[in-house]
Amino acid sequence: MSGAPYTAPQAGPPLWLLLELTYRCPLHCVFCYNPTDFARTGPEIATADWVRVLREARALGAVQLGLSGGEPLVREDLEVIVAEAHALGYYINLITSGVGLTRARIAALKAAGLDHIQLSFQDSTREMNDFLSSTRTFELKAQVAALIREYGYPMVLNVVLHRLNIDHVGQILEMAQALGAQYVELANTQYYGWAWLNREQLLPSRAQLEHAEAATQRFRARVGGQMQIYFVVPDYFETRPKACMKGLGSVFLAIAPDGTAMPCHAARMLPGLDLPNVQQSDIRSIWYDSPAFNRFRGEAWMKEPCRSCPERSKDFGGCRCQAYLLTGDPDNTDPVCDLSPQHALVTEAVARAERAARAGSTPRPASGVREQVLIFRDHRTSIPVVPGGRADRR
Amino acid sequence: MSDLPDTARPAIAQGLRLQWEPAQEAHVLLYPEGMVKLNGSAGAIMSRCDGVRTLAEIVADLERSYGLSGLEADVRAFVRLALEKRWLEVRA
Repeated sequence: MSGAPYTAPQAGPPLWLLLELTYRCPLHCVFCYNPTDFARTGPEIATADWVRVLREARALGAVQLGLSGGEPLVREDLEVIVAEAHALGYYINLITSGVGLTRARIAALKAAGLDHIQLSFQDSTREMNDFLSSTRTFELKAQVAALIREYGYPMVLNVVLHRLNIDHVGQILEMAQALGAQYVELANTQYYGWAWLNREQLLPSRAQLEHAEAATQRFRARVGGQMQIYFVVPDYFETRPKACMKGLGSVFLAIAPDGTAMPCHAARMLPGLDLPNVQQSDIRSIWYDSPAFNRFRGEAWMKEPCRSCPERSKDFGGCRCQAYLLTGDPDNTDPVCDLSPQHALVTEAVARAERAARAGSTPRPASGVREQVLIFRDHRTSIPVVPGGRADRR
Repeated sequence: MSDLPDTARPAIAQGLRLQWEPAQEAHVLLYPEGMVKLNGSAGAIMSRCDGVRTLAEIVADLERSYGLSGLEADVRAFVRLALEKRWLEVRA
């Protein structure tokens, strides 16, 4: 290395803006990526704050807009936010559980200029769906799917997969077809937030994963081009990490319900990251000047083996949150990478999943008799998470 | 892909949006979960695919606008690619 002083690389615009409008949600999903201490965050910012965020980010070049949560439909000003975003030229995607999407609201959202809706589903059987989301919503989702099609939106279904539902992939796809889905994302759980707390119960075995991929292939061969299916493999089964967010501070900007600006929607957990808030700073200074958004730009923060790795410009060392959760240090190589000296943290978790699958220990809700207990996302169970272990129950 | 007649009227596929982005100095194609930044010629072709103009009219308009001739093969090749990628669709 030369002795030249390090200069921060020129950051491009925050092309992708995600507004997590609220952490409130009628569901209690065990795989939710929301922070496990969400009940401790500050009050939700006002409509006028969201509108200002939209204007400032658009002026910098933001164009893809995700409206998420929690359940964004809980916000009564959602239509106002959509109308403003549409007038500014955003392409607007609503990411919803469908709870609260009545005919009146979808009509108002369509009129306000909403471009796209992504509906999440937990599983194809009502019992499993209700168990996994800890509520009874399956029939409602079927009605919502029909409304989405009626209002001329492409029917896009997102199903989060894990040990408890991955064996149902064939049925999930049948259900998607019956609902008229044109796009289906079978997204294996990523282990952050509530999913991290429940990782030992949710991580599937390799055999389950292969079985699910084969079922997906068979379905694809049968239905042809009428439905596009994306199967997202869980990164714990990979040997190279994902290029998470194309590097933090590269294209993605998320705003939490209390106005906290984050370079990734899970970044709130990272230690020593003094995240700015849109109530104190404008988006330009947050994106270009704040220490938090510059912290992981470029390569100067990297440790070995990333620092000298020829693939560092391809995957940017993987996911900082995963590095922190698994190793306790966000500067470490994402242990998904088999070049990481701590790769065993991932392979051991996979090996435990294999043993659990062989033993047939299917976890049950907290009222069940098994020793393992799933923690449902709830205000009552809202707790901070610590790296390596399950939770800090103080 | 079946043959593309001169009278076909390609349009931006349902659910996608094409727009000029000053920050990127390019036409971009927006779709759920993604964005394609188009180069100059792709942007020039796509921005004329409005579901009203025929392929022949699009070629003629491009040749007139840029003072060029013999663009048909290139335009056809791009439109075919964009149809395969589902950026464009030909409505009945």
